[in-house]
Amino acid sequence: MLKIENLTVGIAGKDILKDISFEIREGEVVILFGPNGSGKSTLIKAIMGLSGYKVKKGNIMFKGKPLNGLAIEERVKLGMGIMYQHPPKIRGVKLSQMAEHLAKDEAKIKALAEKLSLTGHLNREVNLDFSGGEMKRSELFQILLQDPKLLLLDEPESGVDLENISVMGKVLNEYLEKEKKSALIITHTGYIMDYVKAGRGCVLLDGRFWCVGDPKEMFTAIRDSGYDKCKECICPHH
Amino acid sequence: MPAPLELEAKDKDTIASSGIDLSGDLRSASFFQQDSRLKIYQAFRDGIDILTTEEALKKYPEAGDYYGKNFRLLSRDFPQDTEGGYFIRVKKGKSIELPVQACLFLKAEGFKQKVHNLIIIEEDARVYLITGCSSSHSANEGFHLGISEFFIKKGGYLNFTMIHSWKEDVSVKPMSIALLEEKATFISNYVSLRPVKDINMYPTAVLSGEGARASFNSLILSHPGSLQDIGSRVILAAPSTQAEIIARAVSLGGKIIARGHLKAQAKEIKAHLECRGLILSEKGTIHAIPEMESDFRDVDMSHEAAIGRINKEEIEYLCSRGFARNEAQSIIVRGFMDVNVLGLPDSLKKEIQNITEKTLKGGL
Repeated sequence: MLKIENLTVGIAGKDILKDISFEIREGEVVILFGPNGSGKSTLIKAIMGLSGYKVKKGNIMFKGKPLNGLAIEERVKLGMGIMYQHPPKIRGVKLSQMAEHLAKDEAKIKALAEKLSLTGHLNREVNLDFSGGEMKRSELFQILLQDPKLLLLDEPESGVDLENISVMGKVLNEYLEKEKKSALIITHTGYIMDYVKAGRGCVLLDGRFWCVGDPKEMFTAIRDSGYDKCKECICPHH
Repeated sequence: MPAPLELEAKDKDTIASSGIDLSGDLRSASFFQQDSRLKIYQAFRDGIDILTTEEALKKYPEAGDYYGKNFRLLSRDFPQDTEGGYFIRVKKGKSIELPVQACLFLKAEGFKQKVHNLIIIEEDARVYLITGCSSSHSANEGFHLGISEFFIKKGGYLNFTMIHSWKEDVSVKPMSIALLEEKATFISNYVSLRPVKDINMYPTAVLSGEGARASFNSLILSHPGSLQDIGSRVILAAPSTQAEIIARAVSLGGKIIARGHLKAQAKEIKAHLECRGLILSEKGTIHAIPEMESDFRDVDMSHEAAIGRINKEEIEYLCSRGFARNEAQSIIVRGFMDVNVLGLPDSLKKEIQNITEKTLKGGL
């Protein structure tokens, strides 16, 4: 589905991702761990083609096709979707307008909005005066309506209360399992793993992949010993 | 619109794009002037006088007292060589539900239309007035001068919406002064989204009675080659008066000068001025000139201005939801030019929203 080969990405002249190689197979859910500043969001944004994330070396391939230089909306057409960690406010554009653009099926929009407690938000401007949790629900709402083949989720549960994490987690898991989607999920809290069955976890440290393994085991180890301990670990992917 | 009025299909579209309902079904009174010769008017409801200014000056002895009064009040000159214009008066205590409309239309090539309008809202009367000013495709090198004097008596309410729908070689010069008595309200909404050669206007409201309130709201789109020098001024001359000036300006390559002036001449006033601008072309210019003056300490006056390009993050966000880059830009501009910024009554909001949506879609 997604294949990254020897990728180096820079922001404002500084290399953030350094020569990384990585693959997500069809139907596979991968959890991405790493401390702040390790390059997790940069990886997702570079895959999506956002400006300012310059691919200096290497390739990003999606379904066998190189993405380098392709516009964001073209990547969307190929079947990629992103859920932002910090989405911008879009003044004058209602959430319902976005929903109708992403999915033609009104009943589907209505049902999903209800599931995510967003019915009352449809008539509001996107992200304007939304709470942190409302923003995340609106992001999940949009990406599920978009129905991409690969979901790039940047901290889907941060800032969300436990009750809503449960709502979001269940909706997401149901979707991923039923539709056999691929996903790359960044998490700090690990809560999302209580709901979503992930096959692999990866740790990104200083712009390099350090470790690959069972995500729950990795999360327990990180929680108990921190990322410093990771560095000591001898790992075949190091 | 009352008969007899025969218009070309193209002109009908242009007139409709300035907010005029040609059927007249959704209006309580209607006035139409083409160039200077053709003038048609009719009131469909009681409580409204609507006729040409010349006729009103002959018919009503008191009309002469209003003519030029606001200009003399501010010691300003005004052109006397006008022909036509409307006299609209809403009688004391009357609340008119459907809007009153006035259309000033330029048709003949090179014609200089000069009108003088008198609008009188008597005590506790209430009305929505929509004025559509537009030019036919044939009105090359046209000129429009519109003098408007508003008198809003004690407790009166006027919601005035003016939509300009000109073309690239037409010059326009509105001159407006509103005089508000105690507890009177004047809401002025201005929309200019089509190309024009130049517009020069600086309408003024004088809040002379305690508790009076004025608000000026504008949506301005500037096309390459256009010069729009547009301001609003409120003189808060009585205690406990309030004013608000809000402008949204987008330059596609033309020059916009967005002026605003708040002048406090009394205590306990509250006033705010806000200008936001987007420049979408290298050739575009927006010059915001906000001014605030106070002779008193006990006032609450503020202003904010922001000019720049569209936030790249917002465009990319929309792109990542599948919109093409130019679509994303157009969506953001249309959202920025939000009719909710205007103080429109519900009866006009949908109509104006449709007009701005259509004009912006065509213009962007």
